[in-house]
Amino acid sequence: MSTANATETLSLEIWRGGAVGEFRTYRIPMRASETVLDAVSEVQRSTDPTLAYRFACRVGMCGSCAMMVNDRPRWTCRTRVGVVARGGRLRVAPLRHLPVVKDLVVDMAPFFAKWQQAHGRFEPGVAPFRDFARVAPASAERQAADAGIECIGCGVCYAACDVVGWNPDYLGPAALNRAWTLMNDVRDQARRERLAAVSGPGGCASCHTHMACTETCPKAIAPTYAIAGLKRLAIRAALGVRP
Amino acid sequence: MNGALLAASRISALVLAVAVAVHLYVIIDAVQQGLTAAALLGRTHGNWAFLALYGCFVLAASVHAPIGLRAVLAEWLGCSGKLADALLIGFGILIAVLGMRAAWAVFAA
Repeated sequence: MSTANATETLSLEIWRGGAVGEFRTYRIPMRASETVLDAVSEVQRSTDPTLAYRFACRVGMCGSCAMMVNDRPRWTCRTRVGVVARGGRLRVAPLRHLPVVKDLVVDMAPFFAKWQQAHGRFEPGVAPFRDFARVAPASAERQAADAGIECIGCGVCYAACDVVGWNPDYLGPAALNRAWTLMNDVRDQARRERLAAVSGPGGCASCHTHMACTETCPKAIAPTYAIAGLKRLAIRAALGVRP
Repeated sequence: MNGALLAASRISALVLAVAVAVHLYVIIDAVQQGLTAAALLGRTHGNWAFLALYGCFVLAASVHAPIGLRAVLAEWLGCSGKLADALLIGFGILIAVLGMRAAWAVFAA
């Protein structure tokens, strides 16, 4: 980590515009311990109030502040400038694979639409269980769901995934991870439909196991593991083997 | 890719893993023993185990390669659909025919 103090300058290149635009360079004092979101906020508040970006909680809970930082997707509220700045420079851009609304703001609608396509929602069925489901914390299903349940929907994995860029129909790591947690929810009553949704074109079989999602997930979730689980289920279903 | 193609891809990969390992072992062993072409053909002639192994090898390759190419064509060239699938099925058949012809030639030599 850099030990730069505030007498040094951070050269911040920020994407301005929409799908077409350019990087503009802003110079602010270098503070190694501040976050990239702090730096972007400083530009917006001290230099250019027209700069658009998105954030809410600032503490790594809401998942709204993800951006490309030096060509790698990151949650900017938990990324310190000193860790990622190279030679006093930072390049901040909107997330890959999503339509740019303005500057650093992307339209997350396609991302969440794919969650719906993957049946990434709890479905209690037309006749939900009357009693509480008893789920042993040590059960394999509970542990598999636990491994992926903390996703905050930031879109970092989606931006990191090359397959999303190559195949616009690919559901992406986050949606498939959510589907996997629900496939392991014993209360859910749409697992057959969900498995069909994630087994078709653009589903789990499209994943090339590059593991960029797992490498970049700020919550240390491993969507690759979730997708591998879905692949196992899809293969069993194709072979007529009961799960 | 759907579940059926994924299953076909994985099962053919399992067969290929074994076949490639045996194939490499045979190559290394033949080289180390200094076998001539005539000596090799003498061992493969009428050898049903050889034909079964390489028959499985060829069939697995003819299934596995088109499925992999299908993803490459779609993702890198934007080429997908029924025409692409038909071409890939033709490619798989070509691999199967040429491969089985080669294996049979060595078996029957």
